[in-house]
Amino acid sequence: MNSSANLVALYTITRREIMRVVRIWSQTLIPPVITMTLYFVIFGKLVGSRIGTIEHGFTYIQYLAPGLVMMSIINNSYANISSSFFGAKFQRSVEEMLVSPMPNWVILLGYVAGSVARGLVVGALVLGVALFFTALHITHPLVMLVSVVLGATIFALAGFVNAIYAKKFDDIALVPTFVLTPLTYLGGVFYSVNMLKEPWQAMSRANPILYMVNTFRYGVIGVSDVDVVTGLVVMIGFVTGLSIIALQLLKRGVGLRS
Amino acid sequence: MSTPSASPVPALVVDNLRKTYGNGVEALKGISLTVQQGDFFALLGPNGAGKSTLIGILSSLVNSTDGDARVFGVSVNKQRGEAMQLIGLVPQEINFNQFERPFDICVNEAGFYGIPRKIAAQRAEKYLKELRLWDKAFDQARMMSGGMKRRLMIARAMMNEPKLLILDEPTAGVDIEIRRSMWQFVSGINAAGTTVILTTHYLEEAESLCRNIAIIDHGTIVENTTMKRLLATLDVETFVLDVDSAPTELPQHPGIVLRRIDDHTLEAEMSRKQDLNALFSALNAIGVTVRSMRNKANRLEELFLRLIGNGAEKAA
Repeated sequence: MNSSANLVALYTITRREIMRVVRIWSQTLIPPVITMTLYFVIFGKLVGSRIGTIEHGFTYIQYLAPGLVMMSIINNSYANISSSFFGAKFQRSVEEMLVSPMPNWVILLGYVAGSVARGLVVGALVLGVALFFTALHITHPLVMLVSVVLGATIFALAGFVNAIYAKKFDDIALVPTFVLTPLTYLGGVFYSVNMLKEPWQAMSRANPILYMVNTFRYGVIGVSDVDVVTGLVVMIGFVTGLSIIALQLLKRGVGLRS
Repeated sequence: MSTPSASPVPALVVDNLRKTYGNGVEALKGISLTVQQGDFFALLGPNGAGKSTLIGILSSLVNSTDGDARVFGVSVNKQRGEAMQLIGLVPQEINFNQFERPFDICVNEAGFYGIPRKIAAQRAEKYLKELRLWDKAFDQARMMSGGMKRRLMIARAMMNEPKLLILDEPTAGVDIEIRRSMWQFVSGINAAGTTVILTTHYLEEAESLCRNIAIIDHGTIVENTTMKRLLATLDVETFVLDVDSAPTELPQHPGIVLRRIDDHTLEAEMSRKQDLNALFSALNAIGVTVRSMRNKANRLEELFLRLIGNGAEKAA
């Protein structure tokens, strides 16, 4: 297909994915907002008010807010693509795309774009909720924007790889339960890793989510446990590596073609 | 129906295609066949013969182990994208998102082929109307009946206006009225120049619609000829006779084998060269009145069973 046909195909998949999110908004957009509101009430207001300031004079809820926004983005980006692409495999509607002349990168990019869109919408909603509880003055808007897009992209790609390998619905729940959730909770969402002693601090620095959360936090409140440039490089590295893996899996037809 | 054109580029050339699955099952054992442009081609075979594997390779859902297929001269292996532009596929199983609306399913399908949304919407309306689905176009697809879902898959396959339409058992489980309307539509598409390849278990469909035929069994082509020539090879036919009273002692006549099925039914197996008058004379002589008569199976079915039977014997 020529480039304009590829653009039409890319628009088609992205639009379809976004329409899916909108169609089932009560499952895709509302639950994360409710969950994060509870986090803000319990950890931010009730517990946080007793913690006082945490770093550089920021209250706990101000420190927590960027972490919760990034956590929502990561979870929703991952959940969207893994359930949507596996659903297409399960219903065999994925064959509509596989028998078409679309190149693999269009399929991948379309699904990733749809998932990033959901991640960003949920992130914006959670940020809106955060503003009900505390004041935030965004210090580096460009860093904030780049980090949310990269973070959402990384987990969209990871979710896509998960969906390719998944044979049943249980398989797409395994990674979020046993990998994603522990890494997120230990990735500096709720605390600064500077508060940890060695070797826990060094171990935390091997967690990719730490770089996403802190780069985003730097963008929002100007504070980070990691070097921002390092954080961005780590994220770009993950996007590149996961894109190569996903495209290779599509090329080989793993889990899709016999 | 149009006659196949004498174009030098066939619609499909399958060249020594082999497929061995990971579990060691050899689904295709080096098959070759050619389908000319404009043809209405029947691909028949029992379950597990390799038909769906062949269609899977043609539509790039299955990777071949060896060999290649060319669609209008374009290699499926080497120029997958270009080859897929030329093909429309109606699969055996329902494979669309049942929570989407038929209109969206068709428009999105066109989008996957790079067709702009405005043109896609016009085509969706055209084909959904032609297949009598327009009144369901904006309902969820899961609300449709089985026959409607099958027609939706035909409409979807037409969105890229393919030069080669492959129908894999499209009428399975569909009632006779809808089946006829589907064939009317597909015949019209074929008459307009689209080459059609059909697999079906309803052999009377293949006999009445298709001009050329390949029969596949155990991964090999056991017959590949014109429908006319194949039917001409049928030398024995079996008739079922409804009679007033079937005698226990049946007359003997050279070239006719008579069997008593029940009190009111006889079966007569006879050569096609044999005069039917001889049968009636023999029955008349013993006072048997024939009320009605029909073929036991349609002609293609009889040939099919014979060819597949031979294949099974060879395999055994």
